[in-house]
Amino acid sequence: MDSETKKILDQKARDFRRDILLMLYEANSGHPGGSLSAIDVIAYLFLKVMKFDPKNPSMPDRDRFILSKGHAAPALYVVLANVGYYSTRLLKTLRKLGSPLQGHPDSRKLPGVETSTGSLGQGISIAGGMALGGKLDKMDYNVFTMIGDGELQEGQVWEAAMAIAHYKLDNLCLFIDNNELQIDGTVSEIMNVHPIDEKFKAFGWQTMEINGNDFEEIESAVEFFKSNKGSGMPTAIISHTVKGKCISFMENKLQWHGVAPKKDEVEKALDELGCVESLDNWLKEVEIWKR
Amino acid sequence: MEKMKFASTRSAYGKALLKLGKENPNIVVMDADLACSTKTALFGKEFPDRFFNMGIAEANMMGFAAGLAISGKIVYVSTFAMFAVLRPYEQIRNSIASQNLNVKIVATHAGISVGEDGLSHQAIEDVAILRAIPNMKIFVPADAVSAEKMVEEASKILGPVYIRLSRPDTPTIYNPNDYVFHKGQANILKDATEARIAFIAAGNMVYEALKVSERFENEGISTIVADFSSIKPLDKEKLISIARRTKLIITMEEHTVIGGLGSAVCETLSEEYPAPVIRIGINDLFGESGSPAALFQQFGLNSEEVYRRLLKKIRYL
Repeated sequence: MDSETKKILDQKARDFRRDILLMLYEANSGHPGGSLSAIDVIAYLFLKVMKFDPKNPSMPDRDRFILSKGHAAPALYVVLANVGYYSTRLLKTLRKLGSPLQGHPDSRKLPGVETSTGSLGQGISIAGGMALGGKLDKMDYNVFTMIGDGELQEGQVWEAAMAIAHYKLDNLCLFIDNNELQIDGTVSEIMNVHPIDEKFKAFGWQTMEINGNDFEEIESAVEFFKSNKGSGMPTAIISHTVKGKCISFMENKLQWHGVAPKKDEVEKALDELGCVESLDNWLKEVEIWKR
Repeated sequence: MEKMKFASTRSAYGKALLKLGKENPNIVVMDADLACSTKTALFGKEFPDRFFNMGIAEANMMGFAAGLAISGKIVYVSTFAMFAVLRPYEQIRNSIASQNLNVKIVATHAGISVGEDGLSHQAIEDVAILRAIPNMKIFVPADAVSAEKMVEEASKILGPVYIRLSRPDTPTIYNPNDYVFHKGQANILKDATEARIAFIAAGNMVYEALKVSERFENEGISTIVADFSSIKPLDKEKLISIARRTKLIITMEEHTVIGGLGSAVCETLSEEYPAPVIRIGINDLFGESGSPAALFQQFGLNSEEVYRRLLKKIRYL
């Protein structure tokens, strides 16, 4: 990756994190920790990898992205707005009555959301069905999906892992957002899911471990997936991330799973990102928007 | 009555799928290791590229079905009712129904007529719980002829459909040449202007209702018998018009009396035209092993038992 690309991606990632925090502050609820751990992979896929057309969201040969860990919806919403599926002004309506930006992604309300998700374990199966649909129609699109590491505790994930390998869906790339935390504690202490790579290998997948908050490593993961196409084996990327990434007081902190920042906290967080001035602009725009 | 023909609704399903498969390349079928019993294996043999055995993993099967439906397929998903509804209920709600996807859940071996396998395989709550899900349509055919038409019709209905089939061969009631199925429409099989009681039945109980009605006719009590195979949406218009003309409605279903056809009838009548209703069904009990006939006797579902139970009530009318 050249330094210019990296610079642009870093800038985008910073803006996305800023908007996630502002959205959650305005919504006064939601999931910052997992959104901040997942954002870099989602951003890279939409900005650098996937084929899609926001003007034609149902373009048949588009690449698909399915956020199985639906509670990281804000991360998906900021990216979909940025790539042009809808106005960024909509971000200010997150979780409000009547908003297409539901607490968890709703395909019936928002363009770019391929399927509704939120109930853990289900998105990966739906992604499997889409990958199978692609094979059936002899279309060359890719299906990217992201699940949480805690989500691996759902039995359905392993049913899906079996079926995706069984039907040789090498057009599917799974990112496991391995931030090591779930609501009640660490994944190891609540219900150990490790070793993740050996489990997927045993199920017939190609696996790779990366730092999922590093664009160069995400790039190499995508290269790895592309090189596996034609092998008949699906790809699982164990994406080591930091929950609450880039905000010092949120990083690796359990309590930031499902709580929105308060005013002083969002100010502090934005200050750390170097864009504290954006809060006033945002609040002004919210006022205008409400009118 | 002409010489009675017997066929299972599941065998009709197998036939209907073959026809659909030939007509429409978008039809895809999934099963969870029960393809020989559900009769989807017939489709699988004819169209191996469009048939997917998902193994004994029903939750994932529903998700895959959702993904295929999103990709533009009309997906028929089958296994026994217990594993097609009660196990993956939340997947049906959150992956399929919430997005109004074109997934047709055609479950076989519903009710206690599963027989010898016993209570773990006898789904008697499936209609009740599915009825509570928005977008879901629920059809329970009375015989093989109507089952076949329903399965075909389901492919033309947008969104999720549940069709409840059963294991045993049952009497054929309809003539394939003059039976038409419409979503939300009941079929009046027997009518009389002076009828005092009406049987509102679905599935295997329609035949039992016809038999009970014969018993009453022999005693000079004329009756109405209606096949309410479309449980959701329910034919409210016909139901209310029947209630207006009669003094007692008897619902009959091979399902718990909680939440199924009987409940749907009571909900409608209590709001629109309050009328006395007796619900015949399984009275908040689990099933058990036995032949279907023995179980129908044990749980009071055969015409003889229903007749006995109703006799007292009806004398007062």
